[in-house]
Amino acid sequence: MSTRHEQAAPEVHQEHAHPGPRTYVEIAVALAVLTTLEVILSYINVNDFARGLGIMICMTLKFALVVMWFMHLRFDNRLFTVMFVGGLTLAVAVFIAVLSIQRAIFA
Amino acid sequence: MAVHTTTGGHEATTSTGLDNRKLFMWLFLGSDCLFFGSLIATYLMYRGRDEALGKPGPHPAEVFDIPYTSASSFILLMSSLTMVLALSAIQRGDVRRLRIWLLATSLLGLTFLGGQAYEFTAFVHEGLTLRTNLFGSSFFVLTGFHGAHVAVGVLMLLSITVLASQGRIRQQDSMTVELAGLYWHFVDIVWILIFALIYLLP
Amino acid sequence: MATIPQAAVPGFLRRPTATQGFVGWVTTIDHKKIGALYGVTAFIFFILGGVEALLIRLQLAQPNLDVLTADRYNQLFTMHGTTMVFLVVMPMSSAFMNFLLPLQIGARDVAFPRLNALSYWVFLFGGLFLYSSLFFGGAPNQGWYGYAPLTTKLYTPGHGVDFWALSLQMLGIASLASSFNFIVTALNMRAPGMTLLRMPVFSWMTIVVSFLLITAVPPISVALFEVSFDRFFGTNFFNVAKGGDPILWQHLFWLFGHPEVYILILPAMGIVSEILPAMSGKPLFGYAVVVFSGVAIGFMGWGVWAHHMFVVGLGPAANAAFATSTMLIAVPTGVKIFNWIGTMWGGQLRFAAPAKFAIGFVAMFIIGGLSGVTHAVAPADTQQNDTYYIIAHFHYVLFGGAIFGLFGGIYYWWPKFTGKMLNEGIGTLHFWLLLIGFNLTFGPMHVVGLNGQLRRTFTYAEGTGWDTWNLVETIGAFVIAVAVLAFIYNVIITMRSRVRAPHDPWDARTLEWLTASPPPEHNFDEIPVVHARDEFWHRKYSEDESGRAVPRPDYQPQTAAVVQHAHGSGHGIHMPSPSYFPLVTALGLPIMASGLMMKDSYGYAGWGTIAVGAVVLLTGIYGWCLEPVAEE
Ligand SMILES: [Cu+2]
Repeated sequence: MSTRHEQAAPEVHQEHAHPGPRTYVEIAVALAVLTTLEVILSYINVNDFARGLGIMICMTLKFALVVMWFMHLRFDNRLFTVMFVGGLTLAVAVFIAVLSIQRAIFA
Repeated sequence: MAVHTTTGGHEATTSTGLDNRKLFMWLFLGSDCLFFGSLIATYLMYRGRDEALGKPGPHPAEVFDIPYTSASSFILLMSSLTMVLALSAIQRGDVRRLRIWLLATSLLGLTFLGGQAYEFTAFVHEGLTLRTNLFGSSFFVLTGFHGAHVAVGVLMLLSITVLASQGRIRQQDSMTVELAGLYWHFVDIVWILIFALIYLLP
Repeated sequence: MATIPQAAVPGFLRRPTATQGFVGWVTTIDHKKIGALYGVTAFIFFILGGVEALLIRLQLAQPNLDVLTADRYNQLFTMHGTTMVFLVVMPMSSAFMNFLLPLQIGARDVAFPRLNALSYWVFLFGGLFLYSSLFFGGAPNQGWYGYAPLTTKLYTPGHGVDFWALSLQMLGIASLASSFNFIVTALNMRAPGMTLLRMPVFSWMTIVVSFLLITAVPPISVALFEVSFDRFFGTNFFNVAKGGDPILWQHLFWLFGHPEVYILILPAMGIVSEILPAMSGKPLFGYAVVVFSGVAIGFMGWGVWAHHMFVVGLGPAANAAFATSTMLIAVPTGVKIFNWIGTMWGGQLRFAAPAKFAIGFVAMFIIGGLSGVTHAVAPADTQQNDTYYIIAHFHYVLFGGAIFGLFGGIYYWWPKFTGKMLNEGIGTLHFWLLLIGFNLTFGPMHVVGLNGQLRRTFTYAEGTGWDTWNLVETIGAFVIAVAVLAFIYNVIITMRSRVRAPHDPWDARTLEWLTASPPPEHNFDEIPVVHARDEFWHRKYSEDESGRAVPRPDYQPQTAAVVQHAHGSGHGIHMPSPSYFPLVTALGLPIMASGLMMKDSYGYAGWGTIAVGAVVLLTGIYGWCLEPVAEE
């Protein structure tokens, strides 16, 4: 583990290839489109499962775009990803467990 | 072996080569996932319970104004764009653009907060308060904590804007802007989750 | 450490320069002084929590006593539990982490020294805030895990629960701040050559505990916010009449509560993993296994929370899953025990006080671990739940485990902290009294618990067959009190003594023993370059062909360094300057909390107090951000 971090160190010091303003605007457009799609999905009359799935997919894509591009996680040291995705995964796993246990009791 | 801490002082580099403050910020954000996870889980656990137990409304379907919230969600999303442009400006050493984009981000954030204040007032007029039912409690507390995060972010951004106009944020201080940016984007992604899970999902 | 007084800055905002005296202590950002503050404060709370326990035991010495009223009894067990968990074991562990982590990894301080000071002050104010409830209508009386809906205004109308919830909120902030700090320190501040797998086990456990804290505190923080909102603003999270669900509290509390168990025990395990190798004259048996089982415990600790909720009726699937995961977590724990025994095996064990406490830890922890496995079995647990059997179990883990480990650490590192040795004879007396008193107190609880004596019940009837055992338990509790008095006496005579400890009294293995005792402010005159695990030991010894240790002829103990420091060596090393702002920032929190509690009775005065607290908080934060880390 340690060796990997230490090997990774030098490349951090260089200005990593940040995407430029143009890319950021493109990402923002993608975010806007996905939001529109989400809202449209919430209005159209399909079955609840398909609609829910569609909204969740849009949500996840938006989330990933912001984290990977605006927060630079895609270009940054892996350790940051581990810190953040670790917390995120833990939260998702634990609360899915809590909610499914509770759904089973309440139903 | 890479560069290492040789003194406690200024020229110190770290064992991993990563900035202390940035590592701190990512740890904080990882931890904050659990914080908002708990709040969102509370909301989801109580979702539909008022209706199932026959408790008085208003219920979500009666008060949510999706077009209005979509607009304020869009504003917050765009503030992430201005934020990342601010960072990119200072990394090039362009303090003037930094100030412009920071100010734009703060204004978008304030607009979002104003929108939230208006939405809360509208809900109260329709008879939904913290005390009304489970929906009222879990909705206001979740979105309220998110709003508090936004407010802290706006305060941070405005403070940095002031520092920048005093010439105290230079190209080599871009980390300060980067950290505020990470926090700001995090607040944005939490809203992405809230908007989809709380407002849009049936 | 030259500091130039800032003549331009007015009054109290001027940068403090004192490193001694009252101002020196309240503005210190030196991790060693902060560690000392944590340790002393935690020990004072230990005395308070201990007195509470003695009162509880007096009330239960015989059937139908009325030493205490039922309500007082409820307050005492609530305060005892809350104190021992949040104000004793956690901060005492934090004292060790503060003091040792930078020294063990060869750093000059933690990554964020002022944040470290903030953690201490928030912790102190949180503790004082909790205890101030005694003067405002009585202490909390709902039990340390505060089950809803008992904590709602309907059932506990006084201010006790308010104090409890707000105080735990502050303690959570303190823990979060220090945990972020320790993780960054351990990852980023290591000396050259100090790879992660060369770090001492105690430093590793500090990392694991810190990760557990930053993930486990947010759920309880949210739970406490919910209960506070219910009480202060009338929300319905736990209002059963509106459909509020008490199980929500149980989930959020135990999502914190089970990782918390490891937060309490892993530091002690780390301490024991340092003491046993030094006292056995051997390296730790299976270092990597000990580290990775610690990490595994940390991960698995997140998947077992619902074993505290077997009697809720979560359904057979959930109960079976959590029973299984709970049994599995015993595996890495057991692995560690084998490693400690393997360390002692074939070593030249010296039974000095630290070794006694460490061995006591291993023995008592085995008992507590085994009874823990018995309540992993869900059907058995429904019998044991809420009886003294549970009390017996977690005291074997937290007292027989954590407290024994921490006392061992105190004896082991006392010469490092103060430059003097605690008295060995009194230490031995302390150990045996503690061991005997502990087993007398908590051993019989297994029996009466299985016989049906319920916890949190202020008395019991005659003819239950519990009288003798309860009397024995009470006697045992007073033996523990005598043991603690022996320890205090030991500290007093040691502080009065002028005899200096040898530089390396335990033939230790890790970096903190490389520097002087007590260490200078900047820890190391020169940051050591690390070539091996157990670096300090390898500087003292080489190994011959058969692997036997041979003292290096060229090794010079650094006693000279002590003299040097007294004359102010270490010039040219820039350490961060002391600061008032952590204290100011921390002060804002209890002021805001008091305002919140005043708002119902005093209206605007309450809101005004909240505003004042917020202003103090912001003043602290802005002052902090705008002052430079060090005066040039
Ligand atoms: Cu547990």
